[in-house]
Amino acid sequence: MKFLHLVWAALNRRRARTAFTLLSVVAAFLLFGLLESVNSVFAQVGNSIGAAHRLVTVSSGGLMNSLPLGLQNQIRTVPGVQLVTSETFFGGTYQKPKNFISVIAVGPKFWDLHTSLKLSVEARRAFDATQTGAIVGAALARRFHWKVGDQIPIKAMIYPRKGGSYTWMFDIVGIYHASKPLMEQQLFFRWRYLDEARLFGSGTVGWYVEQIADPKEAGRIARAIDALSANSGHETRTQTSSAFAADFYSQYVDFGLIVSAVMGAVFFTLLLLTGNTMAQAVRERTPELAVLKTLGFSNRTVLALVLAESVLLVVLGGAIGLVLAGATVHALQAQMGSELPMMPVGAGIWLRGLAAMVAIGLVVGALPARRGMRLSIVNALAGR
Amino acid sequence: MSALVEIGNLSKVYHRGRQTVEVLHHIDLAVEAGEFVALMGPSGSGKTTLLNLIGGLDSPTDGTITVAGERIDQLGQGALARWRAAHVGFVFQFYNLLPMLSAQRNVELPLLLTKLSGSQRRRNASVALQLVGLADRAAHKPGELSGGQQQRVAIARAIVSDPTLLVCDEPTGDLDRQSAEEVLTLLQRLNREHGKTIVMVTHDPKAASHAGRIIQLDKGTLVPLEQAAA
Ligand SMILES: Nc1ncnc2c1ncn2[C@@H]1O[C@H](COP(=O)(O)OP(=O)(O)O)[C@@H](O)[C@H]1O
Ligand SMILES: [Mg+2]
Repeated sequence: MKFLHLVWAALNRRRARTAFTLLSVVAAFLLFGLLESVNSVFAQVGNSIGAAHRLVTVSSGGLMNSLPLGLQNQIRTVPGVQLVTSETFFGGTYQKPKNFISVIAVGPKFWDLHTSLKLSVEARRAFDATQTGAIVGAALARRFHWKVGDQIPIKAMIYPRKGGSYTWMFDIVGIYHASKPLMEQQLFFRWRYLDEARLFGSGTVGWYVEQIADPKEAGRIARAIDALSANSGHETRTQTSSAFAADFYSQYVDFGLIVSAVMGAVFFTLLLLTGNTMAQAVRERTPELAVLKTLGFSNRTVLALVLAESVLLVVLGGAIGLVLAGATVHALQAQMGSELPMMPVGAGIWLRGLAAMVAIGLVVGALPARRGMRLSIVNALAGR
Repeated sequence: MSALVEIGNLSKVYHRGRQTVEVLHHIDLAVEAGEFVALMGPSGSGKTTLLNLIGGLDSPTDGTITVAGERIDQLGQGALARWRAAHVGFVFQFYNLLPMLSAQRNVELPLLLTKLSGSQRRRNASVALQLVGLADRAAHKPGELSGGQQQRVAIARAIVSDPTLLVCDEPTGDLDRQSAEEVLTLLQRLNREHGKTIVMVTHDPKAASHAGRIIQLDKGTLVPLEQAAA
């Protein structure tokens, strides 16, 4: 510890260079923090569950497999579950094939559970009373100039009607609002309409969403829900809504692979960059290291000083990067809510980050440190 | 009583590629405790090499070096480093202070290797700076000091851990007349009042005149006294 000021002085010797190197370390670990934040949601898929107010139950065979309607009443009896609704992905296009809309058929309790989607009492009443009623997001309504009372045809992606037609008519009975336009892009209609009119698949839903009383109970409740269907041929997996979102995306991308590839490239670049900086810094200070050795500093102390310098540099930059990543995730979550497939930058990410920082610092410092350790005092003093 | 520094049949050979250069040939030398010795000789005669061997910065090819009763010619690198920290103070031509550290911190450097507490280190360094007349410059970085002042800081660093032996390699070689005089007077005081044994390499006869004894080195051999006087 008493040597710390020596390490600090060495870093301060070329402020601009240190600042530049620090900045690249900050950038690398900001990226690391963000990617890990997303990645840990993906990693959590299928694993144990963190704290959450809302759980999602999907078929363990994947999102595209449906679940029986009868499961809903059973889920409702699981202690700790306050509300259950079913949701079924419908999808669709309006007028042109490129006008894709996220259309979802929902159970009656849907609006009680998703209170962040605001709609008027009249709209709710009309939705409950109208078989073909639909409620659309405000942003979506603006996009297609829809208003309450309009009747709109939607071309279904998956489900044909009895008789084979893919065109479904909906009566817009309300507009919902959310905190972000991004979340006002969907069309919700009654599952009962879907189920009575579709050619196949009746009696099934896509997935269930549960509201639970105590977030800390999430793990236990999820296990209890999954136990209901154990060995039934339609086994389920219950997870937090953010893990569900990640699960949804991972149908399309192997996120873990992307993270590994990107971070591999970033850290490799960082190694070259900081490695070069450290080599240069130590070369410049050869006479100073020779003086320390003259005064009786052992080879090992000199080695440790140089290693400490590079580790400190990387840990300092890395910590700033992770703090920034944490703040970024926090801000994004405040904006987009719990559906955002990102986890807070927590202890796990910090631990892995710190391990990476120390490892990079040691690797980067190793060669210069060895050079400093091996330097011959008399030659260095004579400038040889 | 035996001498503080005793050198017997000392040789040093350097290898430059396949070439070998014998820089010192069979040197015998004794320096008594409390002596101030000036080591003179033409450039390339081996003065620095000899001084580095006495100070334990390098090991001889052949021969013995005994300092304060301890054989240092056979010590390994680690042991030699510990020995230097405990017994020798170094002063160089170009001061060799760490540019990023204040005078105070530079002087404290050797004390980092001791068991002294932070406040003890600070106190001892202050005393050393006081001794060289630079107490008021403790917070200055080397770049903010004149050459003579930097050399006095270097001397403070050399004496802060109270070594028995000071080795100085052309300590006035880079200084103007007046600063050189100040540094030499300081070394003389350290020798007379504080009993430090000093071996100083110098080119300058005027500098050498501050020493109690002058020895001459020529092409790696000590020149006998009578010849040196002639
Ligand atoms: N590490 C070394 N490798 C090769 N040659 C050296 C080395 N150190 C000193 N020499 C050679 O030894 C001779 C004496 O050098 P030195 O002791 O520095 O002389 P002085 O200090 O008297 O000028 C010079 O010719 C120098 O080139
Ligand atoms: Mg020399």
